[in-house]
Amino acid sequence: MTRLDRLTPALLTAPSALVYAGALLVPLAGVLALSLHGFDFQDGILPGWNLANYRDLLTDPLFGEALARTFRIAALTTLICLLIGVPEAWIIHRMDPRWRGPMLLIVVGPLLVSVVVRNFGWMVLLGTNGLVNQAMTALHMPGAPFRLMFTELAVVIGLVHVMVPLVVLSVWASLGRLDPVLERAAISLGAGRFTIFTRIVLPNVMPGVLAGALMVFCLSASAFATPAMLGGKRLKVVSSMTYNEFLNTLNWPLGAALATVLMAAILLATLLWTRLVEKRALRRLGEVARGGPA
Amino acid sequence: MSRNGPLALAFHALFLAFILAPLLVVIAVSFTGQGYLALPFEGLSLRWWRAIGENPRFLESFWYSVRLGVTAATLSALIAVPAALAIARWRFPGRGTLVAILASPLMIPHVVLGVALLRFFSGFGLSGSFAGLVAAHIIVITPYMLRLVGAGLSGLDPRIERAAESLGADRFTVFRRVTLPLIAPGLAGGWILAFVTSFDELTVSLFLASPAANPLPVQLFNYIDQMTDPLVASVSAALILVTALVLLVLDRFYPIDRLLTGERRA
Repeated sequence: MTRLDRLTPALLTAPSALVYAGALLVPLAGVLALSLHGFDFQDGILPGWNLANYRDLLTDPLFGEALARTFRIAALTTLICLLIGVPEAWIIHRMDPRWRGPMLLIVVGPLLVSVVVRNFGWMVLLGTNGLVNQAMTALHMPGAPFRLMFTELAVVIGLVHVMVPLVVLSVWASLGRLDPVLERAAISLGAGRFTIFTRIVLPNVMPGVLAGALMVFCLSASAFATPAMLGGKRLKVVSSMTYNEFLNTLNWPLGAALATVLMAAILLATLLWTRLVEKRALRRLGEVARGGPA
Repeated sequence: MSRNGPLALAFHALFLAFILAPLLVVIAVSFTGQGYLALPFEGLSLRWWRAIGENPRFLESFWYSVRLGVTAATLSALIAVPAALAIARWRFPGRGTLVAILASPLMIPHVVLGVALLRFFSGFGLSGSFAGLVAAHIIVITPYMLRLVGAGLSGLDPRIERAAESLGADRFTVFRRVTLPLIAPGLAGGWILAFVTSFDELTVSLFLASPAANPLPVQLFNYIDQMTDPLVASVSAALILVTALVLLVLDRFYPIDRLLTGERRA
């Protein structure tokens, strides 16, 4: 191996490493540093270093409320996405190949439409005079019309619409790797449809389900557009609070502290999920597959 | 033959209705003849579609987003292809860390990214500029580019490259004449996905936009924040129809599930 050969990987990765260092790593470090400064409406960002911003956040009931709301919405969105996304992937997988392509296109295609456009569609649907309320009034639902816009329910509906294709896609990819022989073997042994789904299919696609769930949770917890458009100005989540501090209140150090907390919370959730849930679930499934205790 | 029972098909129909409802409603309401948003409405009309042409700000933002997406996706390809090659073909110290860092923008909240870049770029006068938005979008889209180019490379038999080398081709000729043509589908898929992601990106752009640098999603978001009239519907409907058209053409060459998962079908 010549010297040039050893240098090749360094040369090949240099451009991307430089761009990432300059436009990602240094700016992120800058946010952390900024969050440790004080702020004054007259003097701007103060030179001293302290943890005052974090102390302010911890004692601010509004922040606690927003943090709880952020993770409540993310958890609910993830749960609903799994409950409807996993069966949908399975249904599409079992369709006639002629239909599979077009159906997948319809389900996954909206991923390529801007989130602003999709949220706007829900604004039209969920308004007080929107189609959903008109339908419920026509059906003589007690209490209709409901206030749907600017509620957590509206945010969850909007987020599920944005995220569920990701779950379908993730499970669909795992289903593609599923050996069809397994299913036929189960049928020949007398298993019913439901048994096949819960005992054969689900364990095999579990890695895809868990990966999809983590992705949806992280994206929902950090989402900005949907909570801002469907939740309105009063229903704050951590990301819209951050946006507010940076572009309206202009208290950048406090905004930086908010961003740092959001990032740390999501990293922590990811770590916990991969360490506790994924490992345990996959180990348990391994035992099931080997015929151990279920 | 479908192996789904009636219950499964009913579920599927409801699922499709849920996915399509907000998009169809936007398209329907864009044909209203009235001056405000309401469904059902009286009188079909194209007046709000004509209004797109009379409101240059949406058209300007559209072309701005196209230029931004093309520039960012192309520059992203230029840094992602060498990186993907190094990762696929060499074992070197720090390789695992590099892979993790290059994929990390997928896990970083876009609000955090926007905040970081706004703070950093303001120091150089880059916030509110085309260059600043391009740099931000490169960070957002490069993970997708790497995934598709990487999938293309991992499906490539390295013996083909070695054969070319044994026939006397130098490194660069091997790359240009053998590797690049063979990863072209992955590269094209990555470029398209990167372009679409950039074209739709809202959150990071919101922090870096200015009246002179105003991508379409930002323009639309700020407009809806002020008022919701049927013009929003016709602009949104136009975007949906363009996306649907692109999708139908794209699907002929590159199945969408492969585009979005970066997986090679067995």
